[in-house]
Amino acid sequence: MPGLEDLYREIILDHYRSPRNRGELPTPPALSAEGFNPLCGDEVVLYLNVDAEGNVTDIKTGGQGCSISQASTSMMGAAVKGKSIAEARQLITAFKALMSIHESKLEGGDATAATEEAIAGVRLGDLEALQGVVKFPVRIKCATLAWNTLTQILDESDSA
Amino acid sequence: MSIDLAAIRAEFPLLKRKINGKRLVYVDSAATSQKPQSVLDAMDNYYTTQNANVHRGVYTLAEEATSAFESARARTAKFIGAQDPHELVFTRNATESINLVARTWGYQNLRDGDVVVLTEMEHHANIVPWQMLSAERGIIIRWIPITSDYRLDLSDIDALLDGASLLAVTSMSNVLGTVNDLEKLVAAARSAGAKVLVDACQSIPHDPVDVVAWGADFVAFSGHKMMGPTGIGALWARRELLEEMPPFLGGGEMIRDVRKDGFTMNDVPWKFEAGTPAIAEAIGLGAAVDWLSAVGMENIAEHERALTEYALEQLTSAFGDEITIYGPQTAEGRGSAVSFLFNEIHAHDISQVLDEDGVCVRAGHHCAKPLMRVLGVPATSRASFAIYNTFEDVDALVEALHKAKTFFAR
Ligand SMILES: Cc1ncc(COP(=O)(O)O)c(C=O)c1O
Repeated sequence: MPGLEDLYREIILDHYRSPRNRGELPTPPALSAEGFNPLCGDEVVLYLNVDAEGNVTDIKTGGQGCSISQASTSMMGAAVKGKSIAEARQLITAFKALMSIHESKLEGGDATAATEEAIAGVRLGDLEALQGVVKFPVRIKCATLAWNTLTQILDESDSA
Repeated sequence: MSIDLAAIRAEFPLLKRKINGKRLVYVDSAATSQKPQSVLDAMDNYYTTQNANVHRGVYTLAEEATSAFESARARTAKFIGAQDPHELVFTRNATESINLVARTWGYQNLRDGDVVVLTEMEHHANIVPWQMLSAERGIIIRWIPITSDYRLDLSDIDALLDGASLLAVTSMSNVLGTVNDLEKLVAAARSAGAKVLVDACQSIPHDPVDVVAWGADFVAFSGHKMMGPTGIGALWARRELLEEMPPFLGGGEMIRDVRKDGFTMNDVPWKFEAGTPAIAEAIGLGAAVDWLSAVGMENIAEHERALTEYALEQLTSAFGDEITIYGPQTAEGRGSAVSFLFNEIHAHDISQVLDEDGVCVRAGHHCAKPLMRVLGVPATSRASFAIYNTFEDVDALVEALHKAKTFFAR
């Protein structure tokens, strides 16, 4: 039986209480998207400034929700700021793999080689604190909301 | 009359479950109730001894199945005070019942510029079907606002209902617990010439209900919130309305005759029940209303009122300003759903910590997002009580909240 301490790690509560990069950026030039978790009403709003070289020069976040969704948003912003879009995409893949590896282990399976590979070589740092979330399957959507919203922005900017 | 709570609890096999090694404290009955053994037995008995399709065969089994199904309809109708069992249409749930009204009566009677009046405390089930009709037909939706003490603001009711075709209102808010003054609402709608639909999901399991005394035209409810199974609900409507309404879904059962060039409809209520119905579930609902009647709705209302009073007292005396209760602050004019925000801790996080102690509360927007926007909160926690809950359940809730407070204060 996973304990609450697995879920609510200190660093998560810290990001929840003092979210990094809160605020807004003027659009345009900033790219922006809103993500909703229709099940529970959690909301995430992201603003991204991307320069001509494809680097994320600034990021601001808004929204409201539980400690997991808001901490994940804050940690994601801190991790992505200053990175290139390609690096940001790697982080997204690695983070989502982190969420699904444990999911498949819970179901009695083994992590696939592909997801292991997605994580290998990507420094997740503080984000690894969120891995306890996968032991609480209904909360995985809280943790991935910000990341899906980021994917949405990057995909839209690709097609623009 | 008083009730034997231990005996009642013993009838619910699920209440014996442990969660994380702890006694289960199920305080989420507004979402769905637990089921007594008699309901489970009735469904099991149908499948093990009577299973056959209804309204089709002449053999013994088919006849038994049909009569069990129709008897469940008659008992359910009687339970809500309907005089004619054929005024009760079986549906999957309250949501389908309301959609049925919007799709049949609504399509037949509402056009561009016609007005449907809702309230700010409706469940999405009593909002979205009207918004769909608004998008397709150009009907106009007006909203009865709520007051700062979480009741309907009826000060402008006549103006809001002026020229309206329908008032669609919940009898009790699943978020606030507020019990609405149907007498006043129905009278106002009548004098404006509007029909009235009552979403009775949260009243029928908890209070004696008489749809005829309400004076409503349509009443929708779900079986699973009233000790019955999922997959069965009902729409009650006055016979003349049902007679005039066009059918809902087309297929078997709802026809009298079909030829290459068309069909003729079956009688009410079957004309609204296309296809093989949820037979076992209807029979389960019949057993549920028998169970509720045997305990007595007055007894149920009295016990739940005592629990609600105790919960409101305990929560406010234990936590004072740390807790905000969204809903009437006393047990007067309210039901047993108690929504709250605690210590600025998000409802999900509260719910997660409470789960460790086997305490099941609902967290979220409770399918009432327009109301949540009015309240200015993204989510609340909600405890809701049923006849099988005890004062110890309330104590367990309070204790678990103390634990949540300590946990998040670390
Ligand atoms: C007031 C109210 N109306 C409608 C519904 C919808 O019920 P169902 O999902 O069973 O159709 C609910 C259930 O949550 C409710 O509480």
